[in-house]
Amino acid sequence: MSERTLYDKVWDRHAVKELPNGQTQLFVGLHLIHEVTSPQAFGMIEEKDLDVAYPDRTYATTDHIVPTHDLSRPFGDGQAEQMMQELEQNVKEYDIEFFDPDSGKQGIVHVIGPELGLTQPGMTIACGDSHTSTHGAFGNIGIGIGTSQIRDVLATQCIAMTKKDVRRIEWNGSLDTGVYAKDIVLKIIQELGVEGGIGYVYEYAGDTIEELGMEGRMSICNMSIEGGARAGYVNPDEKTYDWLEGREYAPTGDAWERAVEDWRSITSDPDAVYDDVVRFDADSLEPIVTWGINPGQSIGISETVPDPRDMESGDRATAEQALEHMDLEPGQMMKGVDVDVAFLGSCTNSRVSDLREAVRVIERMDGEVADGVRAFVVPGSQGVKRRAEEEGLDRVFESAGFGWRGAGCSMCLGMNPDQLEGRELCASSSNRNFIGRQGSKDGRTVLMSPAMVAAAAIEGEIVDVREVL
Amino acid sequence: MSEQVTPIRRIAGTAVPVRGDDIDTDRIVPARFLKEVTFDNMGEYAFYDARRSEDGSLNDHPFNHYTGANVLVVNENFGCGSSREHAPQALMRWGIEAVVGESFAEIFADNCTSLGVPTVTLPADDVEWIQDRVEEDPDVAVEVDVEDEEVRVGDRTFKADVDPQEREMLLQGIWDTTALMRSNMDLVEEVYERLPYTSGYEE
Ligand code: SF4
Repeated sequence: MSERTLYDKVWDRHAVKELPNGQTQLFVGLHLIHEVTSPQAFGMIEEKDLDVAYPDRTYATTDHIVPTHDLSRPFGDGQAEQMMQELEQNVKEYDIEFFDPDSGKQGIVHVIGPELGLTQPGMTIACGDSHTSTHGAFGNIGIGIGTSQIRDVLATQCIAMTKKDVRRIEWNGSLDTGVYAKDIVLKIIQELGVEGGIGYVYEYAGDTIEELGMEGRMSICNMSIEGGARAGYVNPDEKTYDWLEGREYAPTGDAWERAVEDWRSITSDPDAVYDDVVRFDADSLEPIVTWGINPGQSIGISETVPDPRDMESGDRATAEQALEHMDLEPGQMMKGVDVDVAFLGSCTNSRVSDLREAVRVIERMDGEVADGVRAFVVPGSQGVKRRAEEEGLDRVFESAGFGWRGAGCSMCLGMNPDQLEGRELCASSSNRNFIGRQGSKDGRTVLMSPAMVAAAAIEGEIVDVREVL
Repeated sequence: MSEQVTPIRRIAGTAVPVRGDDIDTDRIVPARFLKEVTFDNMGEYAFYDARRSEDGSLNDHPFNHYTGANVLVVNENFGCGSSREHAPQALMRWGIEAVVGESFAEIFADNCTSLGVPTVTLPADDVEWIQDRVEEDPDVAVEVDVEDEEVRVGDRTFKADVDPQEREMLLQGIWDTTALMRSNMDLVEEVYERLPYTSGYEE
């Protein structure tokens, strides 16, 4: 069992009691809710005639179903409208702060938590969404939970959990131009597998991770879940504190000083004990793209699609199914594969630095979105959108032929009108390439970094972004 | 508040095999069905797209044939992907009372437990043997024994694994964690008071 890691320290602070079934009752410091997974949970507490125990520790937003182009009410989609109304009613009834589109603070729950300074080091953070691991970039335990657990948090501010093992994933060396945090995490999943993290929490460390900005760290922690790990974190450092300082919900004045002092104390000790350590070398990393139907089925951009016949029996069937779905052949390169749609967004990669990098690619290539390609940018939050517009990024996107949308999850999961059609192939900066994920059951998704998405949009096919930068 | 539910020791019936590794929650319930604000209709949406062919007609997916089965038999990393409880809700409302497989994604397994649906693991070879056997004879009797950690198929018995906490919860009938945790609200308040950030680091 791990000792003296950030995970151990944060866990100990929040442990309320050992439950008779052997689980730990863990206090949740920050609870975030959105419209899709919360209505049933409110329904459950209502049924039991319970109240929300600590409404001051829960914040709500709307991201999954909101349209990204026309927010006028009622929404065009009646079901989406109903979902929205349920949330509005619940937050009102239980006195929960709600960042709705009129607040100017709405956005993907994992983007706005950090952006508003709600997400802080040393917390336990829960949300009815698997990508809650994103918040771990700030040195906390972010846990995705199901609806029954949301009910638990509403009613008790706690979840029942079993402590996990801690695997330290160390990256050393420096990233080549055109290689990003996204490639780091795709590489981890490629190596350790989509189930490799089951039973673990991942601690990302090493000089490569320290060099990354907070937004890159978020991209990595975000996809911990794709690697099977329930949570992932980076120890907080000066970059973390600088990023948070001055944000709306961050402490100020003397309280800020006390906070930073506290945050320094919860980082993993130099002699911390880990259950496992894995090391990677950043120098040799190249842009990664997926070729299959889960985020572990990926290759470097200079590599070729593997042959299922070379795989172990367990992986073979999934690989064969993947190639059939994706319409790819073993031995072919992903470079040169035609794309129909380019989607720049999602809680993995929709922050200002992602958009800046995409703009850099567009400017370098000095081109426009290729004929026949549908390309659009969905900023992760209204805040990101404003920042990007202040910097003029929207104008670059729009004049290159990209759509510039409102904030939300959008085509990451296709619950709003942004969806793939038929067998369209999408170059996507999101986190999941599961069959049907982007709204069409025959649609195809290739995961990659935002810079790679921008380059693919302009070429009309998958390219090695290092060649244009 | 007492909400004792009946303990779950063993589940007997017949099985439905769904083959393949890494079957994700988007496949179990496509996202478009998440727009309903209750779980009531989820049973109809279990494997909705996977069960249909191009023209919308039902295909040969096991969920179209093994109607009446209550034990789902799957392979590796089943239920990976999103945290949606709609996935186990859909399976449960379709009729599934226990899931047997090689391994499960964590959130999915947690979600199952909170619904009182055991997730039981077996080595890959045993899982495949069971899937073969059920495909040969869909009526073969299957029993998932949470208490003795065994799965019985016809006259064969397999040693299985149940997560110790999950097993306790099912056997004691206390997977309603809300009731359990609500009895400790005074301790919760202590933690709330003690944590420096709940007061915004104010002194
Ligand atoms: S952007 Fe995608 S992965 Fe992130 S919360 Fe929204 S739907 Fe989930």
